[in-house]
Amino acid sequence: MLRILQFLYRVRAFLLFIVLEVVAIWMIVSNNSPQGAAFFNSSNAVVGGVLKKQADVVQFFSLADANEALVEENAWVRGQLMASQVIPDSLEIKLDSSLQASFEFRGARVIANSLRFSQNYLTLNKGAKHGIKPGMGVFTSQGAVGRIKSVSENYSVAFSLLNTSLLVSSKIKSSDVFGSVQWDGRNSSEAMLLYVPRHVKAFKGDEVITSGFNAVFPEGILIGKISNVAVNEKDPNYLSITVALSADFSKLTYVYLVENTRFEELDSLYRQSEIPNEY
Amino acid sequence: MNIRSLLSYTFLIIALVVVQLLFLKNLALFGYAFAFLYLLGLLILPSTLKTIPLLLISFSLGFLLDVFFETIGMHAAAATVFAFFKPIWLKTTSPTGGYDEVEEPSLSQIGLGRFISYAFPLIFLYALVFFTADQWGTGGFLGVFSKSLFSSLFTLVLAILVQLLFFKRRKGI
Repeated sequence: MLRILQFLYRVRAFLLFIVLEVVAIWMIVSNNSPQGAAFFNSSNAVVGGVLKKQADVVQFFSLADANEALVEENAWVRGQLMASQVIPDSLEIKLDSSLQASFEFRGARVIANSLRFSQNYLTLNKGAKHGIKPGMGVFTSQGAVGRIKSVSENYSVAFSLLNTSLLVSSKIKSSDVFGSVQWDGRNSSEAMLLYVPRHVKAFKGDEVITSGFNAVFPEGILIGKISNVAVNEKDPNYLSITVALSADFSKLTYVYLVENTRFEELDSLYRQSEIPNEY
Repeated sequence: MNIRSLLSYTFLIIALVVVQLLFLKNLALFGYAFAFLYLLGLLILPSTLKTIPLLLISFSLGFLLDVFFETIGMHAAAATVFAFFKPIWLKTTSPTGGYDEVEEPSLSQIGLGRFISYAFPLIFLYALVFFTADQWGTGGFLGVFSKSLFSSLFTLVLAILVQLLFFKRRKGI
């Protein structure tokens, strides 16, 4: 017995090494499961505070660009508003509940962002206090950006579209053929459109938009443009389509969040019929 | 180790970690070469420091980086491997008879050639573990290997430059 203890005492450094490695690997695995609750991440109050201070300084220098983009978008939205405001010329009909908008929009600022890993995340300066919930879609006026992973009181963490574990249900705008956009971990301005069968005619320059089939994004948010079409080498029944992402991930500052107010209803329906919900 | 050197090591490590967190996060030359400059703080810890405190220091530093970079566990795992092999590798690369007890394995103390042969394999090991964890199941071995190689070269160059610029030279040089 004493000998065993002596032996254990002699290899104590090695034992500690093994324990720390196991803890680290456990953290990696539990963080990478999409439903796993991560207690330690950048939405922590202290870390979020530091990141926000840093973003305050850095983003000050890109304020002019951000303003310009906002003005352009405002002008476009005003145009849309003018076009849709028609003076009623007859009786008012009360709208049916099925015509109510099922999406709610919010704004937030990116305070931390990474591009260079294969699992990239964004940290946003809004949290549960501001009505942010896990599962909300994140996009900018240029295109889709990601999905909220977890929230804390004041901050939230989102999967970037540049995260190999995120799939976004999408379609080619001109032909309505749907597939899933997934990042392959190589170039931060390109992603792959998967599961498009070979008989489909896809052309360079076609726009790829969100399909609205999942409960995260409404239909029609731009993801990017097709930059290359080839036959998939691994599975020749499918095309391998490269999409040039329209959102510039190296310059993300202000983002919009969209919540599907009927997410729970849809989700429980999917569960009832045992369809895995793809995000 | 006296109080004064303890303070100076603490200050150095804090400064390197702050630089790492605030400036080197999204820095990647050509998308391949990352800088893990904070490893310099671990590299020059004196050879008298036991393995167990070294492991604990490295793990907590790696974990701190993870929390900020949203890479939970990856830096911690890499830093722990780094810390476990550091004393062993230092003993292997030191001349017969070993370094004096007070000596720290920094550039000015052990010279350029020995510093490279001491630091490069350790940084490379760190990068290899980190990128394997990062690209698990997605990238091929070649991607992991080239990223690790370029990152460790870049980190080594930065570490040497920082020591040349900011560290006090040994008397007589």
